[in-house]
Amino acid sequence: MDTRPDSGHVLSADRPGRFGPYGGRYVPEALIAALDELDREYTAARQDPAFTAELDHLLTTYTGRPTPVTEAARFGAEAAGGARVLLKREDLNHTGSHKINNVLGQALLTKRIGKPRVIAETGAGQHGVATATAAALMGLECVIYMGEEDTRRQALNVARMRLLGATVVPVTTGSRTLKDAINEALRDWVTNVETTNYVFGTVAGPHPFPTLVRDLQRVIGVEARQQVLDLTGRLPDAVAACVGGGSNAIGIFHAFVDDADVALYGFEAGGDGVATGRHAATITAGSPGVLHGARSYLLQDEMGQTIESHSISAGLDYPGVGPEHAWLKDTGRATYEPVDDADAMEAFRLLCRTEGIIPAIESSHALAGARRLGERLGPDATILVNLSGRGDKDVDTAAKWFGLMSESGEVQA
Amino acid sequence: MTTSVAFEKARAEGRAALVGYLPAGYPSVDGSIAALRAMIDAGVDIVEVGLPYSDPLIDGPVIQTAVDAALRAGTTTTDVLRVVEAVAATGAPAVVMSYWNPLDRYGAQAFARDLAAAGGSGVITPDLTPDADDSWIPAAREHGLDTVFLVAPSSTDERIAMTTAACRGFVYATSVMGVTGTREQVGDAAAGLVGRTRATTDLPVAVGLGVSNATQAAEIAAFADGVVVGSAFVRRLLDAADPAAGVASVAELAADLAGGVRKR
Ligand SMILES: Cc1ncc(COP(=O)(O)O)c(C=O)c1O
Repeated sequence: MDTRPDSGHVLSADRPGRFGPYGGRYVPEALIAALDELDREYTAARQDPAFTAELDHLLTTYTGRPTPVTEAARFGAEAAGGARVLLKREDLNHTGSHKINNVLGQALLTKRIGKPRVIAETGAGQHGVATATAAALMGLECVIYMGEEDTRRQALNVARMRLLGATVVPVTTGSRTLKDAINEALRDWVTNVETTNYVFGTVAGPHPFPTLVRDLQRVIGVEARQQVLDLTGRLPDAVAACVGGGSNAIGIFHAFVDDADVALYGFEAGGDGVATGRHAATITAGSPGVLHGARSYLLQDEMGQTIESHSISAGLDYPGVGPEHAWLKDTGRATYEPVDDADAMEAFRLLCRTEGIIPAIESSHALAGARRLGERLGPDATILVNLSGRGDKDVDTAAKWFGLMSESGEVQA
Repeated sequence: MTTSVAFEKARAEGRAALVGYLPAGYPSVDGSIAALRAMIDAGVDIVEVGLPYSDPLIDGPVIQTAVDAALRAGTTTTDVLRVVEAVAATGAPAVVMSYWNPLDRYGAQAFARDLAAAGGSGVITPDLTPDADDSWIPAAREHGLDTVFLVAPSSTDERIAMTTAACRGFVYATSVMGVTGTREQVGDAAAGLVGRTRATTDLPVAVGLGVSNATQAAEIAAFADGVVVGSAFVRRLLDAADPAAGVASVAELAADLAGGVRKR
């Protein structure tokens, strides 16, 4: 884990876990003790050399860090206006996405606290798979909450979690996606908090999760910044990442926040198009409010009821976003734009064909964003893209999208 | 009547107060008014009017189902205020039970003003602790509303003291760690929590979460100032063949529970 002190520029001093007006803790009193315990243990752990050494050891020998930076020369030339596109290969992590970086840290914390059981929510299933993996590794009981809709579109990951020994609970309330999986996980936590740690999957939720998860994902940007310097002799002009809850984005952004010349771009899921109302572009089209324990942007109606999000990508299909992103947006340090389903799938296809890499559909939103930035910035620009995950889990969805497979799963002649 | 007067009246009668919850808008806005009024007629001392919310994270399946239906039927915050007005007109104190975001969206000041104007007595905020936000308490004070915060078995003594210092009207003690819903056992933790809470405040302490019948109500009434019943009432509405039967069933349960709180 990167134990350098926080640069502090985004944290307001008066209240812990605040990013300007965002963040905080809007949770039932019953959960406060557990959040305080997590905060306390985490503060102690990050200063404990034994803990950081154990985490670093796992990140190296189990996950495979550091992940490489790959020059996507054909993609840049043929698909991104000739710009130099560099991919931070989080897809090469064990379990196939950046989610494992966070989970290993939180699972070690769970052991340190002495709780025998972990729970987690999952959208695309990547966080669930990572949590089930860490639980198997460390001998923890594991229950994963997943919206029923997502268990259908990410069936492969449900099987993976079960193979790893986790119990997967399909959530049938509300929109049956990530938002409702978080509600159910919080209900489990409030009931079983004495034995259970909630391994939260992104930089949203009540304090300390936005800070804790960000610190555990910071390694992405810390590595990438040095790798780009080594490869090109300078910093990139822009950094692009997809934004669901925002963990891979904050993970790659954070090391660049103080580099004023590096533009930071978060790409949200535009679904059928922001104008249709069927999207998950929380920062683009949402407004400030409270969801899942923190103040941030969210998709809500005039009564403060959460509006259901839509995206082809289960991992981005969330009507909220982490509070630090809300603050980066308001301060102008980062820019957030929507990428709709069709543009993301076109970028998915292009990366497969030009680089021989099948990206996650989530990450394809960042690739589509990089194409746009390449057109805007031109051939002299260097764009660093966080390739947050691989697309094995999405082959079914993509095959149907491109007409390679019928809706019932038959391969087309 | 204020909630304090209702608790005093119960105390003078040597019993606990009975607090009943139903969400506004289920089975309809008028249907919820009828059910809440029937509750009061049958012996409920204080009513909690639930403000339906899309993400009720400490509610179990029973309340989720009713609230979901209320939202799908288009229940608005204005409808909730109308329910409060109709119920408070009976003379019984009505408090709103609401998650924070709908109140934040309406505006803390505006909500406090409009709730007071509707005759409401206060608000219970299950996901807002006193230290979470600076806007609610001043708005509620300005309009003379009760601020009812929750204490839980997991709360430290320091947090209980901080919480009760911010409460007005009464304190809501959650009997068990968990979500709303009826339970066979309403934890032994409740009595200990009430004791720890009383050590910090003179306010009445009401116990909720899981109470469903007169026997449990009597058990709680032995050590608490108030007994809160929610899911068991909602269940009566969900199971009813038609709205009128639902109202009758709610009244029947209210009468039964009113007997329970008198048997301490
Ligand atoms: C590969 C991949 N990228 C991105 C995300 C979105 O999450 P976040 O915004 O927290 O990085 C997910 C979530 O499941 C994912 O699996």
